[in-house]
Amino acid sequence: MNKNNDVESIVIRLAGDSGDGIQLMGSQFAVSTALAGADFATFPDYPAEIRAPIGTTFGVSAYQINLGGGPITTPGDAPEVLVAFNPAALKVSLPMLDKGALVVINNDTFTDRNLAKAGYDSDPREDGTLNDYQVVAADISHLNLETVKEFGLSKSEGGRCKNFYALGMLLWMFGRELGPVEEWIKRRLARSPIMRDANVKALHAGHAFGETAELSANLAQINLPMAEMEPGEYRSITGAEALALGIAAAGELADRQVMFCSYPITPASPLLHRLAHLAELGVGTFQAEDEIASICAAIGASYGGMIGVTSSSGPGIALKTEAMGLAVSAELPLVIVNWQRGGPSTGLPTKTEQSDLYQAVYGRNADTPIPVLSASTSGECFDMASEATRIALRHMTPVILLADGYLSNAAEPWRIPDISHYDPIITNPVPDNDDSAQRKAFTRDPKTHGRAWVTPGMPGLMHRIGGLEKDIESGHISYDPANHQRMTDLRTAKVDAVADFIGEQAIEHGPDSGDLVVVGWGSTYGPIYQATRKTDTSFIHLRHLNPLPRNLGKLLARFDKVLVPEMNDGQLTTLLRASLSVEPVPFNKVTGQPFLIRELVDKIESLRGASS
Amino acid sequence: MTDKLTAKDFATSQEVRWCPGCGDYAILKSVQKALAENGADPSNTAFVSGIGCAARFPYYVNTYGFHTIHGRAPAIATGLKLAKPDLDVWVVTGDGDSMSIGGNHMMHALRRNVGLKILLFNNEIYGLTKGQFSPTSRIGTKSPSSPKGSVDTPVSPGQFAMGCGARFFARGVDTDKVGMSDVLHQAHAFIGTSLVEIFQNCIVYNEDVFANFTERRNAANTQLHLKHGEPMLFGEDNGSGISFNQDTWSLEVVDASTSADEVLVHDEGNAIVARMLIDLHLPVALGVIYRQPAVSYEDSFYGHHPSRMERKKSVRDFIKGPSSWTVK
Repeated sequence: MNKNNDVESIVIRLAGDSGDGIQLMGSQFAVSTALAGADFATFPDYPAEIRAPIGTTFGVSAYQINLGGGPITTPGDAPEVLVAFNPAALKVSLPMLDKGALVVINNDTFTDRNLAKAGYDSDPREDGTLNDYQVVAADISHLNLETVKEFGLSKSEGGRCKNFYALGMLLWMFGRELGPVEEWIKRRLARSPIMRDANVKALHAGHAFGETAELSANLAQINLPMAEMEPGEYRSITGAEALALGIAAAGELADRQVMFCSYPITPASPLLHRLAHLAELGVGTFQAEDEIASICAAIGASYGGMIGVTSSSGPGIALKTEAMGLAVSAELPLVIVNWQRGGPSTGLPTKTEQSDLYQAVYGRNADTPIPVLSASTSGECFDMASEATRIALRHMTPVILLADGYLSNAAEPWRIPDISHYDPIITNPVPDNDDSAQRKAFTRDPKTHGRAWVTPGMPGLMHRIGGLEKDIESGHISYDPANHQRMTDLRTAKVDAVADFIGEQAIEHGPDSGDLVVVGWGSTYGPIYQATRKTDTSFIHLRHLNPLPRNLGKLLARFDKVLVPEMNDGQLTTLLRASLSVEPVPFNKVTGQPFLIRELVDKIESLRGASS
Repeated sequence: MTDKLTAKDFATSQEVRWCPGCGDYAILKSVQKALAENGADPSNTAFVSGIGCAARFPYYVNTYGFHTIHGRAPAIATGLKLAKPDLDVWVVTGDGDSMSIGGNHMMHALRRNVGLKILLFNNEIYGLTKGQFSPTSRIGTKSPSSPKGSVDTPVSPGQFAMGCGARFFARGVDTDKVGMSDVLHQAHAFIGTSLVEIFQNCIVYNEDVFANFTERRNAANTQLHLKHGEPMLFGEDNGSGISFNQDTWSLEVVDASTSADEVLVHDEGNAIVARMLIDLHLPVALGVIYRQPAVSYEDSFYGHHPSRMERKKSVRDFIKGPSSWTVK
């Protein structure tokens, strides 16, 4: 990388101890990037331990950001700039870099002890390890402590400012304004004026260091173009933020209050935290005693006429399974969000995976179909939340919305939608006839098979619902064999009917027939988008997984090969094979890391090569 | 409601399907009567149950009813109460449903003090699954799953409730109309979670397990009917009383005629005495054993909610986040 580079886009990775404030530094850098008009995508990659032992490789917390003229849809394959706060961070990150990358290291941490902890036999600064890279070794800890000396802080308090010192350096490199970050620090630390002032000073000192170091070291200023984005108002958003707003928007569109019930679990908890701040939108948050109680309380709220929502990750979703069956049987609306993570069992709590598709589509006792949707990008979590709610209320059914750990934390620029352009969410009316209350409650719309949402408190409409099989018309308990057949058929027909409302599957880009189409779902959207653009390959991305769009089978039949990349062991491949009689080529990755663009490009090219 | 409702108005068209002679019939009648006497509005009342014989209850009460899944009724009822804080919400459960599979939800409903009236039908047996020993079965209970007698120490619903921080605990006997009537009225009026343990006779799998204190002819000597502010007297002509033995730190029976000044006066707010009363074997303590009102969970929930669950703002007010920018 040369001084005063003009580049299209650049990938930066910040890495350090889990207590170094890397995630904070990364997210602040993302915000300044956004304000400067660049497109970007981020990837927070952090350990499951809150404060892992200092200096170890497994305690490394990283934040990767890809920024530039765009369209940027992934956090980038290989970092071109690495900021390593300690030897362990260097050790873990170096294999990801291409030769020639810029490596900024915090010199002060390269002590014998830390080198040993990171597993270095010799000092990588001196043994040739870094020969292929441009290295800027700065005494960040020391310089930072000197900077904040005047505030009389303890060594550990003063040390906590070093992420802002480093951020100051980065902001200088990219010619960003310090103002927004400074304002943020002032807001965040309003109650501790000394730490506030110390952090602001560290930020400015880091920026000044950049200017000075330009003269003496390899540090260069990088000029990135503005992204070409559709006109409109934008903000930076994570999946958790977008989903929270989307749920609140669904409440507004349906003119119902929302009761969000959940139990803490990684990586689902950010949604609970975000929603807790949206209370004035008629949103209640209930932290239940366990996963089962959380879905049950959400069902209770739905029974009471609010929009019941619950959220978890795979292991917690497994616990909710029986209650999902109750919601199906009782024909109550419910939204279930699954932030998928690596498994089985506790698995990789902070690493991403999309391996709960079978669980969502098939994972219940008996014939218990449930509509399943998935969100592709952080911003799309907003629309999918209202889409899931719309289906739940229209068809009076639980709906599963699949997101994943990557989307929960990853930030991207998002064009702020105008919700006045969204259709209102309609609920089924209570029939106005002479039927008994029990029959009224089980009067179903012939097109959607959704029943009337009769809720306790409505005068004169007392009726009984439950998990026992019920007569298709009267709603009373029924063990009649023919009735059970009809009810089973009805539940299947109801989920199938969702396909009448979701529209046809579109092609993201590329021709609508040919030798190869790549089919994705969920957060693999970003890398597949880039890889198919680079290789001029057709790309189809699914948002509706159960039922599948009606035209999908015909669409896929127009291609010789269907490539399905997934962060699981082949679940969509199985689903497509079973539902559409296609024979896809699976491409599976379960490392807890998102796909790299080049991995997909290689796969596409090898498939093309083999067929030509 | 212009006309006052009667117990019959709370009956449904559904044929009751408990075994003939089951104690549940008497409880159903007492509840329907209590609802009518308390002026309950059927449209504003909901019964939520889990699984078990007792859990069929909602089908037989002409209010809103939700027969849910095993052990989860308190959790579902909590969600319902949060959505409809003014709704009169009752939970009907059994000893297996509430103390075994649903113990966790019972614990948290009690400690939160959610406004639920919980009726725990305790028959010390799993009836609907054909007679296995339950969490309240006594050691040595012979059953299909314990042919040589159970070895598990039973749980005491009352001690469980006290340990969870319950604010209202009462007891009744299924066939005791007078006692049940009083307990149901008190439980209904309580703000917060009221837990009523009802000794219910399962005539098929555990007949007469409570006979040592429920038989009418000897009831006066085996039942202690508690009334707040009144001395703890029982027996023929109230000849016996309960006193506190300071040497053994326990309750004991004394002759009320000779030791009248030693007889304890029932104070519902005394948690320590309540715990001792719960463990009293003969006589068995009935009525409201403990009552210590506190703010209900739903009141706290709405009180702490910045807009009492109303939509005061639009998503538009929040959607821009901390900073936004315009692309032209």
